[in-house]
Amino acid sequence: MNGFRPVKIGMTVAIFGLLVSLVSLALPGFEQSAVYAAEPAADAAPSFLYEPAPKLTAADYPTVAGVNSRVVVWVFAQLHLWFAAFVLAVPIFVFIIEVIGMRTRDKRYDDMAYEFIKVSITAYSLTAILGGGLVFSLILFYPHLFTYLSTIFSESMFYYALLFFAESAVLYIYYYGWHWLQGGFKKWVHLTLGLVLNAVGTTLMLLANAWLTFMMSPAGVDAAGVFSGDEWAAVHNFLWNPINLHRFVANIAYGGSIVGAYAAFKFLTAGTRQERAHYDWMGYNANFIAICALLPLPFAGYYLAAEIYAYSQQMGITLMGGIFAWLFIIQAVLIGTLFLSANYYLWCGMGRSDGAKRYTKYIKYIAIVLVGAFLVWFTPHTLVLTNEELKALGGPHHKILGPLGIMPAKNTAVNVMIIFTALSFMFYRRSNKVAVVSWEKAGNAIQVALFSAGLLNIIFLGVYHGYFTNTVYKVAASIPQVLTTLVIIVASITLDSFIYRGAQEVGPLRWGRIPERAQYALFLLAVAFTWLMGLMGYIRSGIRQHWHVVDIMRDASSEAFTPTLGYAANVVSVAAIIFMALVIFIFWIAQVSSAKTLPAGYWKE
Amino acid sequence: MRQFLTVVAFTLLTIGFFAAYSNYGIPQIEPAPPPKDEKLDLGSMTMDQFVALGERVFSGKGTCTLCHNALGRAPALENITEVASKRLEDPRYEGAAETVEAYLIESLVEPSVFVVTGFGKKGTNDKESPMPDVSGGGIGLSEAEIAAITAYLQDKSGGEITVEIPSGIENKADEETEEGEPREAINDPEALMVKFTCNACHMIDGKGGDAGPNLSRIGAMRDRTYLRRALLDPNADVAKGFEPDTMPPDLGEQMYAAELETLLNFLAGLK
Repeated sequence: MNGFRPVKIGMTVAIFGLLVSLVSLALPGFEQSAVYAAEPAADAAPSFLYEPAPKLTAADYPTVAGVNSRVVVWVFAQLHLWFAAFVLAVPIFVFIIEVIGMRTRDKRYDDMAYEFIKVSITAYSLTAILGGGLVFSLILFYPHLFTYLSTIFSESMFYYALLFFAESAVLYIYYYGWHWLQGGFKKWVHLTLGLVLNAVGTTLMLLANAWLTFMMSPAGVDAAGVFSGDEWAAVHNFLWNPINLHRFVANIAYGGSIVGAYAAFKFLTAGTRQERAHYDWMGYNANFIAICALLPLPFAGYYLAAEIYAYSQQMGITLMGGIFAWLFIIQAVLIGTLFLSANYYLWCGMGRSDGAKRYTKYIKYIAIVLVGAFLVWFTPHTLVLTNEELKALGGPHHKILGPLGIMPAKNTAVNVMIIFTALSFMFYRRSNKVAVVSWEKAGNAIQVALFSAGLLNIIFLGVYHGYFTNTVYKVAASIPQVLTTLVIIVASITLDSFIYRGAQEVGPLRWGRIPERAQYALFLLAVAFTWLMGLMGYIRSGIRQHWHVVDIMRDASSEAFTPTLGYAANVVSVAAIIFMALVIFIFWIAQVSSAKTLPAGYWKE
Repeated sequence: MRQFLTVVAFTLLTIGFFAAYSNYGIPQIEPAPPPKDEKLDLGSMTMDQFVALGERVFSGKGTCTLCHNALGRAPALENITEVASKRLEDPRYEGAAETVEAYLIESLVEPSVFVVTGFGKKGTNDKESPMPDVSGGGIGLSEAEIAAITAYLQDKSGGEITVEIPSGIENKADEETEEGEPREAINDPEALMVKFTCNACHMIDGKGGDAGPNLSRIGAMRDRTYLRRALLDPNADVAKGFEPDTMPPDLGEQMYAAELETLLNFLAGLK
């Protein structure tokens, strides 16, 4: 019975979503904006004439007394995005875990995958409800923008509604059919459903991404915003793929962090040793997923920023060197939090193995390097100084430390953080193993040489481009640095797998032997991810400044101004608290769904 | 229950820390309001005022200083008059301009006609400029504003100002002044000093910071031309004993023209 409630809610909202889409198609002004050409050529296909983007005044924005329209849309959009990221990511790694379980025939993987999807099922209903709230608030407060976007994306919005139905149907069959579709051919059918679920979910994300990236880098319209009629051109705009890639990777990292928090919560409230062991194992896997996706995320982010710069130099400079520059110092705090908490969890987890003592002596050095890299990332380019300080420095920038504030140093810092996180992970993997191959020492020496040469190369590139090149070439270090990092990680992990082929285990891993404070590292990971996503969502949207659609449709509302970082942080914080409250509610619901009460004497015997 | 409450408290503390750091750990920069087109009274404008208008548009609405600055993201414009003459004779130049004035206007609206070596879009072999057409899209400068920037560039680079103040041009600004709800102009100079945080660095009558010159008697020491330049281009003349690049270079962008005049009157009166 427990599962029927989310189904009903989900279906109700799905129907509402479709109705909203259909109603929006019939909105006043929608059809009028696309009218037949006065005298179409007799032998030509009917062609449409579209109206330019509307030029609005403040009076064109409906207001509700006491309600800040921008904040309402902002909070709904952010909450919807957080839940959507979670429910799109979970099926991806549930599918992978299910495959692992199928191949290894280890039922623990199958049970864990089921538990993950169980957590996401309530989140799915909330995603739909919040999506409905977002559409409703957009139509209410920004009707002309919604009408304009609906005109251009009418087809994709219609398919979005259909795909939403498909997603709901497949998800519910996938979830409720989990125990039914077990073994042999049935398992293959279930796995196929998982694949279809991911394909539909990813397509939904791609469509929604097209709408928001159109607002940043409009395509398929002329300078006045007149739609050419080619919706694919509007969908396939300049920033569509960079956002697609970044969101895909970030969603997985985010989904991993949220289920990690779930496992941590269950660990802390577990009543038995077996439960603690189970949720410790689940937390480890969730953290592993989050780290695997976290490592390439800065590269995806860099690619996105580079493409924003390539699309519009002005937008790129506003992003990295203009009014939003200080935001990246806040980002540094959050990224530092993510890396430190993920590493801390790994270090604590080494306590599960009796063989970990061989590696614990290195942890303090990794911690020092991570904190050092964090401080470099944390260093701002421009400081607010007194005159005495200015004189002492000889200018607004310190001659030696000043370049730590610019991109070559930041890139160096993040690459070093990624490499040392990979090293933590390698130590964790090794902690319970003893190599048996004869060339172990030589293999280790090659790995040390690989790490040393790679780090030297990264630091050299950072120093050279940071101190000895002019502004135009400052970012040139980034790609060779990224390639170096990838080579180090891929080559060393590959080599490690050969060194530890057929390795002996020191002893059984003692799942559940991990301090409670490690679980708070998992919570910290989830909260920092949530807050960071909110902050970066603000900057992605904020670089449009006073434009609904950049250079095409101006925001003339009273809320067109770009808010300060403090204001944005407050909105993000309030939204994050609402989100975390809902997430805790989901955890509780998942717990309740497996609880049973046997009321003595209540039912007739 | 204890664990549940601990988790809730931990979550709230973490979010609270991030929010507090964002509010108090970094400077709160208030971004400029959406640009508002000035109503240009070209008929009564002197050439000095026209050049000053060009300077304001250059560092404000035109967003030119985003790239044309000391960091070298775009070609320097200090000697543009002299450089432009050479570019007109450059075999790579494919435009239609024959004079420096025409070249400057052309490069503002068709930046790809001549791309300075090393400043083209990546992968275009310096055939395409990353600079947008300033008359369209998000910048949308009027003909008068483009002419004013041209006059300013000629003046700044020590060349002869050949641009004439346009007349009879339909002022786009007139149509758009009703758009949006920009912030109210401030007509109290002390409120302006607070709004633009001048007091953080400048001291007046014993109040304020010391990172910039003391302004208590600035009206007796400097004329209005100097003060205007100091507000619009702070690095043009840096007072002895103080460092360049300290004062925000975009005050002209952030202030309305009337506010600038109010502040100038106030400073000029400090004697």
